[in-house]
Amino acid sequence: MSITPSQQVIIPKLKKRSLLELLEKGKRIDGRGSYDYRPVRLYSGVIEKAEGSALARIGKTMALVGVKVGVGVPYPDTPNMGVLAVNAEFVPLASPTFEPGPPDENAVELARVIDRSIRELKVLDLEKLAIIPGEKVYIVWLDIYVLDHDGNLIDACMLASMTALLTSRLPKAVVDEKGSVQLVRDETTDMPVNGKVVIVTLGKIGKHLIVDPCLEEEQVLDSKISIAVSEDSRIAGAQRAGLQSMSEEEVRKAIDIAFEVSRMLLEKVDEASRRPSTLWEALIEDQY
Amino acid sequence: MEKPVLIKDGVRIDGRKPDELRPIRMAVGVLHNADGSAYVEQGRTKVIAAIFGPREVHPKHLAFPDRAVIRCRYHMAPFSTTERKSPAPSRREIELSKVIREALEAIIFTELFPRTVIDVFIEVLEADGGTRCAGLTAASLALADAGIPLRDLVAAVAVGKVDGTLVLDLNELEDEYCEADMPLGMAPSLGEVVLFQLNGVLRPDELDEAVKLAKQGIMKIYEMQKETLRRKYSKGLTQAEVS
Repeated sequence: MSITPSQQVIIPKLKKRSLLELLEKGKRIDGRGSYDYRPVRLYSGVIEKAEGSALARIGKTMALVGVKVGVGVPYPDTPNMGVLAVNAEFVPLASPTFEPGPPDENAVELARVIDRSIRELKVLDLEKLAIIPGEKVYIVWLDIYVLDHDGNLIDACMLASMTALLTSRLPKAVVDEKGSVQLVRDETTDMPVNGKVVIVTLGKIGKHLIVDPCLEEEQVLDSKISIAVSEDSRIAGAQRAGLQSMSEEEVRKAIDIAFEVSRMLLEKVDEASRRPSTLWEALIEDQY
Repeated sequence: MEKPVLIKDGVRIDGRKPDELRPIRMAVGVLHNADGSAYVEQGRTKVIAAIFGPREVHPKHLAFPDRAVIRCRYHMAPFSTTERKSPAPSRREIELSKVIREALEAIIFTELFPRTVIDVFIEVLEADGGTRCAGLTAASLALADAGIPLRDLVAAVAVGKVDGTLVLDLNELEDEYCEADMPLGMAPSLGEVVLFQLNGVLRPDELDEAVKLAKQGIMKIYEMQKETLRRKYSKGLTQAEVS
């Protein structure tokens, strides 16, 4: 059951008005233009024990993704395919508004939007993840950890997820005479990943569309739309959110803008996947 | 996997001597939303701690009229362990949340903040032994980063007995196959013990030795914590000088 969210942070109408006034002049509260993205930093290979990992920063927003591989049984309707499980935790560290507990509707929505973008494009080739067809397959757990919330969690989590998958390693599966499977974690091959996908989120305030809303903007948005764009220029997913509607024209415009912006994000994924990093570098970089 | 030889000719499985800590790195102020935060790396163990508060308690009936409530959550990320761990709190995480909370209760000036809650969130991002100790060390740094008045910082480390020898700062492999594992947390300037557990068997004289060894490690970690906090403040000064 989903309930209208109560206002956890009181945003006076004044703030929304001043944001709109700024937008009339083509400016946002942090000085960006309507279609400007905040600085994006992406780091791969940050959790050594995980089979794959990445940390994404968009402005002050920070999301960490870990990929773990296990062995399990396939779904009955896809006996020769591996299993991908995507889960997101909005841990209380990330925001005064996140409470400990199971994922709430926002975390579940985020995880499912990201799952669909990966799954529909077959970015992860599940058909290459069968061990004993019909009996034992690889399970790929993609766990998303939001560490710091300053808006636009979906884009950040998708960047980290894509980079983590791209740089993941698949442990060798050894089957014994009894048919039980052991994973040899220090003998690995590439994870079967084809192509890349990123998500671009836009917010609507009044009649303005803005790219990559920060937290303050998110709190006064009328509507939000996220578009998943693949490396081969296809739309791999879409999700509208928020309490108000958007016109068809606005939706089309958002898609066009998303395509433009996606190029920069896809490049970041590419760069980060070529250069492994450390969690220290990812967290501390701008500090010392 | 059969038990490996953990120590041979005084050299441990990762090349350390019995009284050697793993390489440690610490930083504060790593998160923007949290009122205070700290990141600690001890060998491959990586933990992050965040503080929110003092803030209002909800539901109100949980508040105390004369002091702050401390809420503490020790939690491990699903990707932090060799086998993926379910994000739902395990019994171990529930126990450690309590043990860490009680350690912090001993050093926070809770009476200065009646009718409030101070939230302590510890997330283990990569687990390679000693996570509750690194978590406690990080939590106390994060509290200091948040400006919450403390009687002292808390530094913690685990000492264990492997192949008959007492060693400082167990890594995961040593923890798995040791005869005893003793996490110890202290407020070093006060000389007070805030966290003390034993998993395994030790003779009384071995326990005394183990505590002595742990204290050596604790003093080094304590110095690092103070240096980390100094760096935070001196960085501000350096920037002022430069401009």
